[in-house]
Amino acid sequence: MADNELDHGKRRFLVAATGVAGGLASAAAAVPFVASMLPSERAKAAGAPVEADIGNLAPGEMTRVEWRGKPVWIVRRTRDMLETVKQNEGKVADPRSERKKELTPEYARNQFRSIKPEYLVVVGICTHLGCSPVDKFKAQAEAFESDWKGGFYCPCHGSLFDLAGRVYKNKPAPDNLEVPPHKFLSDSRIVIGEDTQGA
Amino acid sequence: MMLSRTLAWMLLAVPLAVAASESIKLDRLPADVSARDPVSLQRGAQVYVNYCLGCHSAAYMRYNRLQDLGLTEQQIRDNLIFTGAKVGELMKIAMDPRDSKEWFGTPPPDLTVIARSRSSSAGSGADWLYSYLRGFYRDFSRPTGWNNTVYPNVGMPHVLWQLQGEQVLATEVQSIARGTKGEVEKHEMQKLALGKPGSMKPAEYDRMVGDLVNFLVYVGEPSRQSRVELGIYVLLFLGVLLVFAYLLKKEYWKDVH
Amino acid sequence: MAVAEKQPVTGAGPFNGVLTWVDQRFPLVSLWRDHLAEYYAPKNFNFWYYFGSLAMLVLVLQIVTGIFLTMHYKPDAAQAFASVEYIMRDVPGGWLIRYLHSTGASAFFIVIYLHMFRGLLYGSYRKPRELIWIFGMLIYLGLMAEAFCGYLLPWGQMSFWGAQVIVNLFDAIPLVGPDLSLWIRGDYVVSDATLNRFFSFHVIAVPLLLLGLVAAHIMALHEVGSNNPDGVEIKKVKDARTGHPVDGIPFHPYYTVKDTLGVVVFLIVFSVIMFFMPEFGGYFLEYNNFIPADPLKTPAHIAPVWYFTPYYSILRAVTEDFMWVLAAALIAYSALVILAVRNPVVRVAIAVTGAVLLAGFFTFDPKVWGVVLMGAATLVFFLLPWLDQSPVKSIRYKGPLVKVALALFVIAFLVLGYLGTLSVTEGRTIAAQVCTLIYFAFFLLMPWYTRLDRTRPEPERVTG
Repeated sequence: MADNELDHGKRRFLVAATGVAGGLASAAAAVPFVASMLPSERAKAAGAPVEADIGNLAPGEMTRVEWRGKPVWIVRRTRDMLETVKQNEGKVADPRSERKKELTPEYARNQFRSIKPEYLVVVGICTHLGCSPVDKFKAQAEAFESDWKGGFYCPCHGSLFDLAGRVYKNKPAPDNLEVPPHKFLSDSRIVIGEDTQGA
Repeated sequence: MMLSRTLAWMLLAVPLAVAASESIKLDRLPADVSARDPVSLQRGAQVYVNYCLGCHSAAYMRYNRLQDLGLTEQQIRDNLIFTGAKVGELMKIAMDPRDSKEWFGTPPPDLTVIARSRSSSAGSGADWLYSYLRGFYRDFSRPTGWNNTVYPNVGMPHVLWQLQGEQVLATEVQSIARGTKGEVEKHEMQKLALGKPGSMKPAEYDRMVGDLVNFLVYVGEPSRQSRVELGIYVLLFLGVLLVFAYLLKKEYWKDVH
Repeated sequence: MAVAEKQPVTGAGPFNGVLTWVDQRFPLVSLWRDHLAEYYAPKNFNFWYYFGSLAMLVLVLQIVTGIFLTMHYKPDAAQAFASVEYIMRDVPGGWLIRYLHSTGASAFFIVIYLHMFRGLLYGSYRKPRELIWIFGMLIYLGLMAEAFCGYLLPWGQMSFWGAQVIVNLFDAIPLVGPDLSLWIRGDYVVSDATLNRFFSFHVIAVPLLLLGLVAAHIMALHEVGSNNPDGVEIKKVKDARTGHPVDGIPFHPYYTVKDTLGVVVFLIVFSVIMFFMPEFGGYFLEYNNFIPADPLKTPAHIAPVWYFTPYYSILRAVTEDFMWVLAAALIAYSALVILAVRNPVVRVAIAVTGAVLLAGFFTFDPKVWGVVLMGAATLVFFLLPWLDQSPVKSIRYKGPLVKVALALFVIAFLVLGYLGTLSVTEGRTIAAQVCTLIYFAFFLLMPWYTRLDRTRPEPERVTG
């Protein structure tokens, strides 16, 4: 009863149609599996913004908070410290933070790399290979730099950062210290991980 | 072969006609309590946080997931978090289980999946919870002063007593006429009756409990709605795929005689 | 040598070059021919023949979903239950992957039981396919181990107590029992140690075993060729010109296309369950398992998951009273076998074995014999190729004796399964005992009733 002529056209069409539908099904089925590897709600909650109280921070002092597993430093800079920042223009590799735009938000792309000149907020991880630099705020001669004005020294490979987190020239680290998204909730509270630009 | 097949299929019908379960009789959660009603769910969330969360954690549920109920994070913070927890955190409690075990005999269980665990042949988990929360009655022989028709000798006090009032378990004697000579069969039945009214009328209280149970069912499986919706799309798509697969098979099998 | 002699690949369009390169270094073309394009399968496969390919599909599904679940699951007694709820709520798409895996587990057993039933219907275990059947039975045992270990992982009340009860069964083994249980558990009760090792078995040890066995199963099948609903060997009648069986068709494209249809239908049924009733009335996801494991509180009613219930019923059916019935059955059966064999040495051996067993029946606790009978119930399947002595393979040509026996077996199996989900009562125990006897009689009396049965002659060619 069946037609003895092989309808190749029909077969090709049906194979293609079934193949396409099956392909779509497989692609759609892959979505939840791929999605399951994205950060979970737990990871997102752990990475949620962190509030820091800076009301008790004395001038010249630094406090540390943890955000997304990383140390974030908040330094209350004195007038003298801000002066040294101005003086370091020639010593730093990227004075205007132009190299990697994503490391410095718009509101920190200024002379002192901060929203308020008084408070420096940076991620305390060296941009070379990830060690955490040591704070060396005293302006005095150091082994790594005779004319040291104050800033951060990374013990792993000797990179130096000034009091605006800018990396010195000719050091292993390529970039300035990252300024994380942050904003002031009040004069004494900062939130790290959230800013007015909807971070 | 047909005989064995038929018998096998018939046999599968037997379990459906099975003997009655030996379990308790439960009230059904009213049909008009809808899992898709955000108002009911929000009210249930409010009741939970105000009356239950003191002792019963919902430790697998995050506060910010309650955005499913049509709330914003700020609304959740303002109305549903009293512990200072962040909105992304889990609904945990401060009570140490060792303390609660001492105080109550057994630590109050976590309620995240209580609605799923209480299903049985007697009814769904929702039915169980609805009956349980309306089944407390005064019993001075118990340490808490309360007992429950659904969960006899439960260690939980009647937290909602001020709203429901105080029920008592009364023995009602029902006389049923049997036979033709005027014999009467007496049935003793335990029935709950409202001894002292609470601040809510019974219908109001039942409504509130319905909302709370609705919320607990949601918490048990927050993805239920997405599951059902996705299922419909998947089946529609598979229907299309079925048509192609069938035509493809028929076409190739024309070759085979 | 081989590089120069092989023909280049043609018919693959732009891929001819690459495929030829591969084929010169890997038996690509010969594998394709032997197992797909020129594997001649009988043309009369019916509904019962879908379940082999469906079993492979479910195996792949379980492995893939398992891989992704393992990314988030924590095999630690303190964290396991919470990690499953984490997957259900906090992992994007996690609930879908979890339900796929839980529904897939039950689907696997449904498919496998139907696949095995096909074997019973058409005599697919008969010579020369005994080894396929043996590999298949080993896969079945492996699957049961896999499911048992997997079920402990959510660390719910059912997980814990089910494992506790079943591992405690090993206590019943004389002499070594308690030490064996201790060794399996790694602790005095089911605990974190047990959970960790069951995780290892479930995630890598048993899956590797299963994959190897499945490969062997298919290789053995392809070596002799598939059976069919008529039980006729299609290789007996070959086309003079092509050398292919006249009642055979190449697996590809005919069965690839037909199995695709089977897959789509299966996925529809599977999706209805998975998306609309993943708990399946508490059979696929048990309600009690939504309570975290509590070693101090035994649930009122412990039952294994539905796919183990027939064997659980048999275990529970063996009571002290039943030992008398078993003793009578043993004596009767030994007598039957002695009458059937001629060899006097074998007769004596059977008598001695029977006597020893009989002594054992009344020496050891009925609990021991319950475990033995439960194990025997799974192992007796292995003997099928040798128990079935019918002159024909397929039920289509067998007579009323075999048909009734098979029907009774199926009913007994289903009733045992159902009883296994319920708690014990006197009436139910008796029902389970009757069904246990029917179950074993189906196998043990098979050499007799298959010979006495009035069969019809098998046709030369398949009838469709």
